[in-house]
Amino acid sequence: MSGTPIQQTKTPLLPVWVAVLGFSFIFTAFAKPYVPWAFKFPRAWQWLLKDDISRFMDWLVDEASFGVFTFTEFTRGIAWVVNLPYEVTRSLLSTGLLQGQGSDAIQLLPPISWIAIIAIIMALGAYARDWKLAVLAGACFIYLSVFGQWQSAMITLSSIVIAVPFGVGGGLMLGLFGYRWRWFEKIITPVLDLMQSVPIFAYLVPILFLFGFGPVSAIIATIIYAMPPMVRITFLALRSLPSDVIDLGNMIGCTRRQMTWKVLIPSAMPSLMVGVNQVIMLSLNMVIIASMIGAGGLGFDVLSSLRRLDIGAGIESGFAIVVLAIALDRLSQAFAKKSPATHEDEQSSLLKRYPYSITSLTLVIVTGLLGLVWGAFQIYPESWTLTTGSFWKETVTYININYYDQLEGVKTFLLLQVLIPFKRALLSLPWPVVIAILGLAGWSLGGKKLAALCIILSGFIVLVGLWEKAMITVYLCGISVIIASLIGMPIGIMAAERPKLWPFVQAVIDTLQTLPSFVYLMPVVMLFRVGDFAAMIAVVAYAIAPAIRYTAHGIRQVNPDLVEAGIVSGCTKGQVLRKIKLKLAAPEIFLGLNQTIMLALSMLVITALVGTRDLGQEVYIALAKADTGRGIVAGLSVAFIAIIADRLITAGVKRSKARLGLT
Amino acid sequence: MSELPAKLVCKSLWKIFGTGAETFLNTPPSPDENALRSAGLIGAVRDINLSVHDGEIFVIMGLSGSGKSTLVRCMSRLIEPTAGQILFDGHDLLSADTRTMVDIRRHKMGMVFQHFALLPHMTVLGNVAFPLEVQGMERGAREVRAREVIELVGLEGREDYYPRELSGGQQQRVGIARSLAVEPELWFLDEPFSALDPLIRREMQDEFLRIQSVLRKTIVFITHDFDEAIRLADRVAIMKDGIIDQIGTPEQLVMQPATDYVAEFTRDVSRAKVLSAGVIMTPISDDTSQHDFAGKVSAATKIIDIAEALKDAAKPFAVIDENNRKIGVLSREDVFDVLVKS
Ligand SMILES: Nc1ncnc2c1ncn2[C@@H]1O[C@H](COP(=O)(O)OP(=O)(O)O)[C@@H](O)[C@H]1O
Ligand SMILES: [Mg+2]
Repeated sequence: MSGTPIQQTKTPLLPVWVAVLGFSFIFTAFAKPYVPWAFKFPRAWQWLLKDDISRFMDWLVDEASFGVFTFTEFTRGIAWVVNLPYEVTRSLLSTGLLQGQGSDAIQLLPPISWIAIIAIIMALGAYARDWKLAVLAGACFIYLSVFGQWQSAMITLSSIVIAVPFGVGGGLMLGLFGYRWRWFEKIITPVLDLMQSVPIFAYLVPILFLFGFGPVSAIIATIIYAMPPMVRITFLALRSLPSDVIDLGNMIGCTRRQMTWKVLIPSAMPSLMVGVNQVIMLSLNMVIIASMIGAGGLGFDVLSSLRRLDIGAGIESGFAIVVLAIALDRLSQAFAKKSPATHEDEQSSLLKRYPYSITSLTLVIVTGLLGLVWGAFQIYPESWTLTTGSFWKETVTYININYYDQLEGVKTFLLLQVLIPFKRALLSLPWPVVIAILGLAGWSLGGKKLAALCIILSGFIVLVGLWEKAMITVYLCGISVIIASLIGMPIGIMAAERPKLWPFVQAVIDTLQTLPSFVYLMPVVMLFRVGDFAAMIAVVAYAIAPAIRYTAHGIRQVNPDLVEAGIVSGCTKGQVLRKIKLKLAAPEIFLGLNQTIMLALSMLVITALVGTRDLGQEVYIALAKADTGRGIVAGLSVAFIAIIADRLITAGVKRSKARLGLT
Repeated sequence: MSELPAKLVCKSLWKIFGTGAETFLNTPPSPDENALRSAGLIGAVRDINLSVHDGEIFVIMGLSGSGKSTLVRCMSRLIEPTAGQILFDGHDLLSADTRTMVDIRRHKMGMVFQHFALLPHMTVLGNVAFPLEVQGMERGAREVRAREVIELVGLEGREDYYPRELSGGQQQRVGIARSLAVEPELWFLDEPFSALDPLIRREMQDEFLRIQSVLRKTIVFITHDFDEAIRLADRVAIMKDGIIDQIGTPEQLVMQPATDYVAEFTRDVSRAKVLSAGVIMTPISDDTSQHDFAGKVSAATKIIDIAEALKDAAKPFAVIDENNRKIGVLSREDVFDVLVKS
């Protein structure tokens, strides 16, 4: 039982908390003249880790060698492996098969006709589920062509088409190793934890340094970013297989390979497909952001219109990303949930057995040939495209003219009354005080190990000289999380209390969560331009979904017997909610808070694009300068903030669950 | 009783879960349950001695958690026993190397699982042929063989169905067919019918007996259902907390329960269904004795099947053995005594 640690920590802690908090208060208020180093960490004491890392990277590129080949040759090899299939896919989807360079290039073979691609997408939808999905997916792709986003979307799609198999395959392999060897799982789990908390930009910096600027680097970054959940899901899926299945494999004398490929993986397929869906969605998110290191495509369009402040174009490209995300998500989810074939599929003719593949193939050939005669069959004619660019521009202008005062009023009020005071307060705290409080929190929630972890990780941030920037990150993240919770939790409660509302809310948050983080920047910049406030709004919008979801889920899963017991003992509806449901749902709600924090941190780093001055900006600058050391150190600092928050909340949830007897 | 040759023998077999199990087992003379528990270990199988005869249905019966699955998995070394000896056809199974073990499992053993363990991505035919596929048999040959066993279990016509298209009973028929595809000599069934509805279970038991009357395999059958045990078994082992309380024919268990625990199970059993004429008759030494008989019954006949005839007959029945020799007399009083004593 987990009863012991609670008892250990109960008695002595209250006086310790009082003493530490009291001392901290006095220290913060009066100690500045005497111990200035506690308020501003002296430069001379800094640990120049970033320089060490940069030197190491230089050494890797210039000198490192594995004997037979050098490190640079190794990276070139990887790039080649990724580049080859990418070139082929891009030729098929977008550029056609070219010979020669630049504008002198001759097109040997045109790309697949847009009509055929739409047909293939629809066939996938029909195959995976039904004609409704086919229509939805088809409509999404028709949107892309009608609104002139086709070329960029196809470039983005090519990157995803290449990144996903690598991500899935790699994740599956690592997952299998972990399944087979416990020690491997033990090593890789913390690495995965770290990888999933390091902000997305931080991946780009070393990749940019090692692989240069271009789509290949972008794809490599995407693969690395999208792989961890697949590894985890593979572990889980294989571990949770019924033991009968494994016994069966052993009983009929499977070799190891037969066991893996013929028994374990097919049996775990439904769960593994959930992983594939995640890899696809993370890849999309990353490919968009990787436009900063040359992915091109839709992400590049958004980025450049952001830079030009061309609202209309930006929104159009942003919408194209949304549309692509929805199509990919719904398709891959349908595949994940697709029930296997039935016996009727077995005995029919070739055409009946593969109706979609054969139709699609026929269409590719027919439209390809027709395209040679009439160009519109091949590439959607530019004159047919519509644009909403000016509409959006006018809308924004209209809003800004008519509601400028209100928007600005809200912004100024919040900035002056909430954001800036909060920021000042955080920045005025001496770092030893913050570390002491974090350590104490770790100790009371989880014991000595957690205390040590909190102290070491926060100490790292001080040592590398990023304390102030980290505090700005904490302030922006904290404010955003508070606001997201204040909005999200009531919505979650309402949705849980009114069963009719729930499907609607769920559809909205599901969609919110499939959208790549980049998309959130567009409307925010439109309405609030740049700065902390704009960043905060984007973060709130991005991070609100888990606050809603976990609150609703927590309340809905409360044991109905307890609710009835409450009603029978005469509680009013409000009392049932407050005294029973919310109390019992608290652990789940805190887990939602945890997720909200994680999402907020990852979004916050991206808002560096709209001019924050926190750790995200540090990473962004490092990216612009290709300064690997600086990027990695700042990225690690963000990850450490995330890890501290995560471990503290998880420990707290565990304790409260044990107290409520929910374990 | 005539001893059939032993197919499988377990001698002082132990399986203890937990770390340090082996050293623990080697130190004290014979650790009891409390000692194990206080060391944080689970004694799932403790000092088991039994032998399964060629061609018999040996049922291991016990409540959930009594160690039946562990024991049967030790017999095929799916679980490595902590201590003891297993002889399969006289050969020490625990000293066999991996290759030999794989070979034995591939060709001489078959197993049916409680939750069927069918592969969802394969048709009935594919599932049944799977053990042969794993052995590297070519497609044509293995499908011929698979169709044979599919017919044996009464699923012909369903070869192209997928598991999820079948009912529970049909799925377990696939499981049975698959385990028989390799023509095993020793057939393990771990609670094969426990996941089925009672009516289907009954039907499957009959089906199982029919198949066995054709194939005459050596069978280790696991169940937690005492009625199922006495319906199917030649001999039953009653297991409790990792230990076997008693091994015997259903009649022996009913007539001479070795422990209170066994008596508890047998108390509510309908004796007439279990006991046969040969057990409750009054033996006679020479069949020349001059009795006036109402008729003849074979020694293996269950009482319930002759109850009607006995009720109406004024005279006793002669009990005969396989060679048609009179070996005893069965009177209405004999039957009455036994049935009332319970
Ligand atoms: N892998 C294992 N690790 C630890 N304990 C186990 C393991 N497998 C079974 N046990 C324990 O061994 C005992 C017997 O289990 P089992 O053989 O499955 O019983 P049965 O099949 O009779 O229900 C149970 O107490 C069970 O909890
Ligand atoms: Mg069992």
